[in-house]
Amino acid sequence: MAAHEEEEGGVAAGEAKSGVGTVAGPRQAPLAAPLVEYLLRLGDDRLILGHRMSEWTGHGPILEEDIATANIALDLIGQAAQLLKLAGEVEGKGRTEDTLAYFRDGVQFRNCLLVELPKGDFGDTMVRQFLFDAHSVLLWEALAGCGHAGIAGIAAKALKEDKYHLRHSSEWVVRLGDGTEESRARVQRSLDRLWKYTAELFAADEIDDAVAALGVRVDAAGLRARWDAMVNEVLARATLTRPAEGAAQRGGRRGRHTEHLGHLLATMQSVARAHPGATW
Amino acid sequence: MTQTTVPQEDPALLAAFEARIAAGESIEPKDWMPERYRKQLTRMMAQHAHSEIVGMLPEGNWITRAPSLRRKMSLIAKVQDEAGHGLYIYCGTETLGVDRHDLFNQLLDGSAKYSSIFNYPTLSWADMGVIGWFVDGAAIVNQTVLAKASYGPYARAMVRICKEENFHKRQGFEICATLAKGTPAQKEMLQDAVNRFWWPSLMMFGPSDKDSPNSAELLKWRVKRKTNDELRQRFVNLTVPQAQAIGVTLPDPDLRYDAATKNWEFGEIDWSEFWDVVKGNGPCNVERLEARNAAHDAGRWVREAALAHAAKNARSVSAA
Ligand SMILES: [Fe+2]
Ligand SMILES: [Fe+2]
Ligand SMILES: [Fe+2]
Repeated sequence: MAAHEEEEGGVAAGEAKSGVGTVAGPRQAPLAAPLVEYLLRLGDDRLILGHRMSEWTGHGPILEEDIATANIALDLIGQAAQLLKLAGEVEGKGRTEDTLAYFRDGVQFRNCLLVELPKGDFGDTMVRQFLFDAHSVLLWEALAGCGHAGIAGIAAKALKEDKYHLRHSSEWVVRLGDGTEESRARVQRSLDRLWKYTAELFAADEIDDAVAALGVRVDAAGLRARWDAMVNEVLARATLTRPAEGAAQRGGRRGRHTEHLGHLLATMQSVARAHPGATW
Repeated sequence: MTQTTVPQEDPALLAAFEARIAAGESIEPKDWMPERYRKQLTRMMAQHAHSEIVGMLPEGNWITRAPSLRRKMSLIAKVQDEAGHGLYIYCGTETLGVDRHDLFNQLLDGSAKYSSIFNYPTLSWADMGVIGWFVDGAAIVNQTVLAKASYGPYARAMVRICKEENFHKRQGFEICATLAKGTPAQKEMLQDAVNRFWWPSLMMFGPSDKDSPNSAELLKWRVKRKTNDELRQRFVNLTVPQAQAIGVTLPDPDLRYDAATKNWEFGEIDWSEFWDVVKGNGPCNVERLEARNAAHDAGRWVREAALAHAAKNARSVSAA
């Protein structure tokens, strides 16, 4: 009798059950320690963007750009390696920068959506890079003086690199915007398409509050204002129109990504995952 | 179409030129040189530059799949170096009075030659090690000698480039040594890559001396310093002990040490394969040219925009 009740009871509709096996769950999977989450966000942004940039190597519009894009990819992946290494150390579970890069699934990545979008044409790549670089330079400026020695050290070095990236990407935005009719139309379209992904760069949440308490403090509103001014200045020189603020796309910081990330990771992680435990 | 004729050089100038070469002097861009010397150098330098550029493709193929962040960065850096080499040598050809854009167009339309090794596919991560070890290694053997070539700008370029190729070779060998100490699957991957790249690497030195029509004159003018066969033998002698050191075999049952000549004697090269690849029928000839052309075509609007923007700036500067 009891056994029979079990069988039916398991699927019986409307029958309230309590205790073990409760079906009510939290709205979101728990996050890691705030500093780990924060470092993963910084590191994953640069790893994924660096990977996208590296896709240009050997396929650029001019030879000089093959060299420049490779350089930018190298800087970004170098920054990512340092940030992920630190994330692994803070986490204290023995994960290295390589375990974090190669043995997490997409939903465990914390990068913003902007960086994972396909590289598109050269204009898409440069507009994306410009929007990101402008934010990154301001962020590193703030973090270079923050109260966490490890982050401050990485920020100081990365700031120098990203200032060069910003000069490079903003010059291209101006050239392409104020170039030919075709080029202006193309980069305006790039800008219009990418704009909805920029809000995520500024979206602060409880992780930012928690790391601020640890001395990793960024004035988000001030940063946004300076970013607006920088972007407006370059877009004006480029004779491009700043898109209106519309519905924003976000989710990357919680692992809700676009479908593109899975394909990127399938490629990036393929060799490492085919040989787990191997040394390269 | 005018028929190309070998220009009659002034015998006195030619004699003076050859005396300078014989005295070991270097020839500089403004110096008088025989037309055939200029042509040979342009051909060699252009081929070298094209090889650097096409050579970015087979290795670029694995950048997105490199199995560690360190390897990913060093591979990007290597391919970036090759772009730099290409650019540097293209600029060097301009000292001979050629426009590098013309040379670049010859690469795109398939009329220019580049090293046949880059027409082979890269099929596994181990290829990134073996290419550094063999292909950059072979380039070093060639270029160390070219660093003493008679044309100053080319010789100096070779000195500078050779330093980086040495670094590439060490890096490639280190990848191979790591795989050789790795899991059975890694060892197998390495051996397979060695088997695929060994013979094409030997072909990199070009046809055997008896089938190399230009060699005598090139040697006399110190455009070349050693024959193809001499350089090939030097490469084999250098590489065999390295293979022994990491425990891989080379795919040549006839390979044996000759105590009398102190050479590693090797088996017959399949020259029909070489000529096939040179004529455009290698496994990736079509793909390599398509990739270069695709990049060039996709970049047209970007180059046009950059030119238009520069022209606008020039106008506004002169108007100011
Ligand atoms: Fe090379
Ligand atoms: Fe090179
Ligand atoms: Fe190289």
